[in-house]
Parts: sequence; C-alpha cells; structure tokens
Amino acid sequence: MSTPNGYGFRSIIVSRRKIDLYLDTLRRSFSMMNSVETSIRNKLREHFKPLYLDVMNESNMHNVPKGSETHFKVVLVSDLFNSKTLLQRHRMVNELLVNELNGPIHALSIQAKTPQQWEDSKHITKSPPCLGGSGK
Amino acid sequence: CGFSNAVVQILRMHGVDDYKYHNVLDDQHIRQGIKSYSDWPTIPQVYMNGEFVGGCDILLQMHREGDLIEKLNEIGIRSALLDKDDNEVTN
Repeated sequence: MSTPNGYGFRSIIVSRRKIDLYLDTLRRSFSMMNSVETSIRNKLREHFKPLYLDVMNESNMHNVPKGSETHFKVVLVSDLFNSKTLLQRHRMVNELLVNELNGPIHALSIQAKTPQQWEDSKHITKSPPCLGGSGK
Repeated sequence: CGFSNAVVQILRMHGVDDYKYHNVLDDQHIRQGIKSYSDWPTIPQVYMNGEFVGGCDILLQMHREGDLIEKLNEIGIRSALLDKDDNEVTN
C-alpha cells in the first residue's frame, strides 16, 4: 500500500511479516547454495557439541563438476570420542550422516580426535591427491 | 582413486605388498555389497585376516601413531619399518 506523504513522495508501507518472509527466503537461498555442507555442519555440531569442528568441501580437488558437493573432509574434536576406537568414532559420524552418504556424498574424510589428542597435536592430515577416479 | 593409492603407499612403506585387492569399480554389485557387508559407506576398505580395519583415514592415523606396526604384527607380518629403525640405530 503506498500513499503520497506531505512531500509528494510515495511511502511504501511494507508489513513486518513480508520483511520476515523475504529475509527467510534469502537465508534459505544462501543455505541451499551449500546445502550438503550446511547439513553436515549442523548435524555434527548438534550431536557432538564439538570443541572444534571444520567441514571442508574438497570436491574441487576431484574429477567432478564445478560446484559439486561430493567430497568432504571433516575435522571433529569431541568428548564423545573419549575411550572410543577410531573405527567406533568414524561409525558414529557415518551413522549421523547416513542420508548424505546414501545421497550426494561420494567421499568423506574424517579426522576424529578427543580434546586431549587435539591439545597434543592440532595436525590435520592433507587429503591425498585425486588420481582421476571414475569421473562420476 | 587417491584414497586407495594412499593405502597402497602406506602398506608399501611397511613392506606389505602381498595382499589381495579388488577394484570395486569393475563391479557395481561388489561395490555396493561390500559397503553393506561392513556397514561402511566408502571405499577403500581394508581387511586383515577377514576383520574390517577401516578406510584410508584410519589406516593413515594408525600408521602415524605406530598402531599399524602392532596390527600387522598381530596377523604375523613384521613391518619393514622395524627393520629400517634397527638399521638406522646400528649404522
């Protein structure tokens, strides 16, 4: 609804609800641009309450189209890994991300450390170079 | 695959080159089947004496922390790195 004010300008009155709807759409658009990465990050953060979390989309290092979300590296430091074997830790992450792994993710590199291990060494192993893969 | 190659390189460092391997890209049934069998979503998968040990990340971490030498020893394989260390000490 617009009405001319005393200076001849039309004031456009936009409802608060419309502003919220617009902002919500913007937010969803941005998150959809990295939807897999966002989903991974949110799930890991919520479940593991990590001391440190980094989710890296490494798809550009592989033989896949630009903009892909297929190859990820996760560095995750959490108390939940205390007294867990490496296999157990990775399975915990795999179970949480089962939908993504059954879907878009082709490769998931996981570095899962306890807070003590992270304190001892913040070394993050670089992912090996792609050798071409199957081109998928 | 770079991850599979990394596993091969690690095993080579330990002097392990006598192992069976399967290129799962050759057969989609095996590719999917092995994931169901181990309940593990990715390739490569390393098995020792029929026991699933893990993928590239786990093998790499085991190698870095010395646990791979121990694991190989459990299945009767002496890691070449032990001999390398011995040689360095005596020379």
